[in-house]
Amino acid sequence: MKIHEYQAKEIFARYGIPVPAGGAAFSVEEAVSAAEDLGSYPVVLKAQIHAGGRGKGGGVQLARSREEVQSVASSLLSMNLVTHQTGERGQPVNRLLVEQGLDIEQELYLSFLPDRSAGKIAVVASDAGGVDIEEVARESPERIVTVHVDPLLGMYPYHCRRVAFGLDLLPEARKEFMALLGRMYRIFIDQDCSLLEINPLVITTDKRVIALDAKAAFDDNGLVRHQNLAAYRDPEEEDPLERQASEYGLNYIKMEGNVGNMVNGAGLAMATMDLIKQAGAEPANFLDVGGGASAEMVENGFKILLSDDSVRAVLINIFGGILRCDVLARGVVQAAEQVGLNLPVVVRMEGTNVEEGRRILAESGLDLRTAGDVREAAQQIAAIVGGAPGGNA
Amino acid sequence: MSIYVDENTRVVVQGITGREGRFHTRQCLDYGTAVVAGVTPGKGGQEMEGVPVYDTVAGAVEDTGANCSLIFVPPTLAADAVLEAADAGIGLAVTITEGIPVLDMLRVKTHLQSSQLRLIGPNCPGIISPGRSKVGIMPGAIHKPGGPIGVVSRSGTLTYEVVDQLTKQGIGQSTCLGIGGDPVNGTSFLDALEAFERDPETAGVLIVGEIGGDAEERAAEFAAREMHKPVVGFVAGLTAPPGRRMGHAGAVISGGSGTARSKIEALRENGVTVCEDLGSLGDCCARAFLGVL
Repeated sequence: MKIHEYQAKEIFARYGIPVPAGGAAFSVEEAVSAAEDLGSYPVVLKAQIHAGGRGKGGGVQLARSREEVQSVASSLLSMNLVTHQTGERGQPVNRLLVEQGLDIEQELYLSFLPDRSAGKIAVVASDAGGVDIEEVARESPERIVTVHVDPLLGMYPYHCRRVAFGLDLLPEARKEFMALLGRMYRIFIDQDCSLLEINPLVITTDKRVIALDAKAAFDDNGLVRHQNLAAYRDPEEEDPLERQASEYGLNYIKMEGNVGNMVNGAGLAMATMDLIKQAGAEPANFLDVGGGASAEMVENGFKILLSDDSVRAVLINIFGGILRCDVLARGVVQAAEQVGLNLPVVVRMEGTNVEEGRRILAESGLDLRTAGDVREAAQQIAAIVGGAPGGNA
Repeated sequence: MSIYVDENTRVVVQGITGREGRFHTRQCLDYGTAVVAGVTPGKGGQEMEGVPVYDTVAGAVEDTGANCSLIFVPPTLAADAVLEAADAGIGLAVTITEGIPVLDMLRVKTHLQSSQLRLIGPNCPGIISPGRSKVGIMPGAIHKPGGPIGVVSRSGTLTYEVVDQLTKQGIGQSTCLGIGGDPVNGTSFLDALEAFERDPETAGVLIVGEIGGDAEERAAEFAAREMHKPVVGFVAGLTAPPGRRMGHAGAVISGGSGTARSKIEALRENGVTVCEDLGSLGDCCARAFLGVL
């Protein structure tokens, strides 16, 4: 789960990490009053969306007076912010963060994340802050320091020294910087984070170390033990269909094509999308209904697929194995009747009683076609939608 | 022969009284697996599907000589269950549980470096040596005993699909295992390839990967450097969009790395025969393994 910058800064502040003075605003009036509360200008207005690259997209602006705050806030709150992470449609801006401007001497980069291949927690830092870190990694990898922390031992002072002395860091700021590393590690562990990132972490002209930016994401599997984080969820950042699917307990991701598909198991679901594409059609989604299979889950899957207007046909691929196909087939027929299905559906199922399952589908009176194997299923569905998306069959 | 499990595998099921634990205990028993004990704290002394239930893994091991654990306990209790199995001297823990927090797995994995326990999973279908022992939730009937092909995969139902295709081609399997769809897991592709290379009954290996991480790339380099047996590869997720988690916690393309295309290229560069089309994987294996069948 991702959260907004201002929310991450609330958590940072709770752990004693310095952040700029400021406040969140949901309207122009709130923005003006947050700016007035700061007591002096200039202030910075930052669009709060989950995607990165906000500065380049025009989502971070300076305001030198009350009037400027008013006009900047109203333009930000009415914009669809497009960044390299949002896609072309962009993301509407509904929240702002209004912060005190700072006099900056040095900009750093800092992040904490689990390193899956090392099996440790990685601390990544650079003295080239405020720019895209992947670009730094490509252009000047010598300016990036990575230190791995053993999760059983935790962060020791030497880890902090290796990071601090590995950077071209203002000596006066070193002590504060190392203290900050320890606090970040504590947040990471306490809150089951999947990413903590500060870009830039700044050193001001008066040598204070301040998190000018803040990004936090949490391990979805850990959320169950952090009920406090639920309040930070922003449903407006999620695709409505994806949100509904997650309420049903289904894994759904919207894609650009027109072949709806429903599969049990994530690996098989990805491979099924690939098959649809290889047969000359385009998948409309990724939908994993879970390794098992039940009539209820097929029904919920249909509901999600049919809410997507671009879907022209549906492919169901269930490898049950232990599951009985006659039970599954009855589930599919029942679900199709429940949701008033009026699209062609190709069903490929495997498991015990396959023949009986096929007979049930064939005798249902619905437009349900069976395929013997995955290859046949992909060919049938591609023939129905007529190859490429948008093509007229 | 086979790898990791065979006739001598004696299984204790942790979480045997839960719905999944009970159902799959029955399925494993029906396949012929020696399920000798179950563990559910507070239910020691009872029986489940004719199997004695204990309060602790240590108690089960002492009484029954169990050497392998099959774990079905809920996600936030699973790290505890794996550590308990390790402490009780179990040699192999197969963890089916999906949704274990990553930090829990990092701690467990670090601890296991100083333990005798091999962990398979989590978030996996388990392991089967067809005709000998099934320690997992896969449908036993789709497998063909007698070898000679080993199968290792990050997925569940996709593994069943490829095994089914092998069986329909008349190609039997020595051992099939799912190493799980989580970003941090116990047994890696590399571990499995190493074991298959040593196993005299395995003549070739099919590796089924997916987007995310670099496990396929590492396996490819190992295959080129250390293996004499032919390896066939398949990678799911050619159409997966970057930055999105595709169902499995570990299946995400981040910063342009971990794509299916880059994995396929890494496999090919290291001499692995790659099949890009799931529909013809069985045919492809029949051709690639022709010399060793």
